[in-house]
Amino acid sequence: MEMIRARYARLGYAPYRWFEANTPPPWQALPRPLAELRLGLLSTSGAYVRGQRAYHYRDDSSVRAIPSDTPDADLRFSHITENYLVDARRDPACILPLGTLRLLATRGVIGALARSVVSCMGGVYSQRRVRDETAPAVLETFRSQGVEAALLVAM
Amino acid sequence: MCHQTVSLIARHLEENGIPTLCLGSALDILRAGRPPRAAFVDYPLGHSAGRPFDTQDQLAVLTAALEAFEAITAPGDLVVLPNRWPENDWALAAQSEETGDTRQPRDESPQWQFPEDRQAAMASGAWSA
Repeated sequence: MEMIRARYARLGYAPYRWFEANTPPPWQALPRPLAELRLGLLSTSGAYVRGQRAYHYRDDSSVRAIPSDTPDADLRFSHITENYLVDARRDPACILPLGTLRLLATRGVIGALARSVVSCMGGVYSQRRVRDETAPAVLETFRSQGVEAALLVAM
Repeated sequence: MCHQTVSLIARHLEENGIPTLCLGSALDILRAGRPPRAAFVDYPLGHSAGRPFDTQDQLAVLTAALEAFEAITAPGDLVVLPNRWPENDWALAAQSEETGDTRQPRDESPQWQFPEDRQAAMASGAWSA
């Protein structure tokens, strides 16, 4: 955060006010061990599948459903901080663990991986738009797939 | 920014009955956002799910994160994963003005990874110019 504050100050921007939680987090206990649950995945890396619309970089709050059996060759990324995508574009598994979770499902570490995973472009400055637009869309997608526990991977 | 986004979304999911774990590599932003459960991996941004082309490390990171998911019983707890990035100079590189975060222009045009993706999206009906 200090690095980003210093960078913004040099560029002449007002300091960005990060979300600092002042309330305890809500809590939902796992109903059963993960080995018996259907796991959902959210990646904020701006992943999309060839044939889907790419993300734009002006607070794009939309989501994409990415079929869990998508081959790596069809995975694409668009994210406002493209410089962090160099490795993801060569090996998506370092940021979007689709193949890793498929393997952990076959090994029984998780009960199942949801039929689609959810992607968004996490570089949204407006906390209101994340709360009012992205979060409900993620919840709806997870519910429609019977997701019982969710792993959220930040880029 | 992504770490703030996952914290906000995790809170929403958890309020609506879905347990969550946030896996990330920006410790201070995760701590500030206080998601219900968090796992921190001390890797360069863009590698929260493991080192590229290293299936064993990717499995180790995800397995450790899922173990943290089950182990955390106090709301707001954060587990530091044991995985280590092999080169120790990445943190300095990330803070350099030359090689660090370089943001792209912000407008509402889709930013395709390949020009061909735009044609594919038009063909599927996902995009019209």
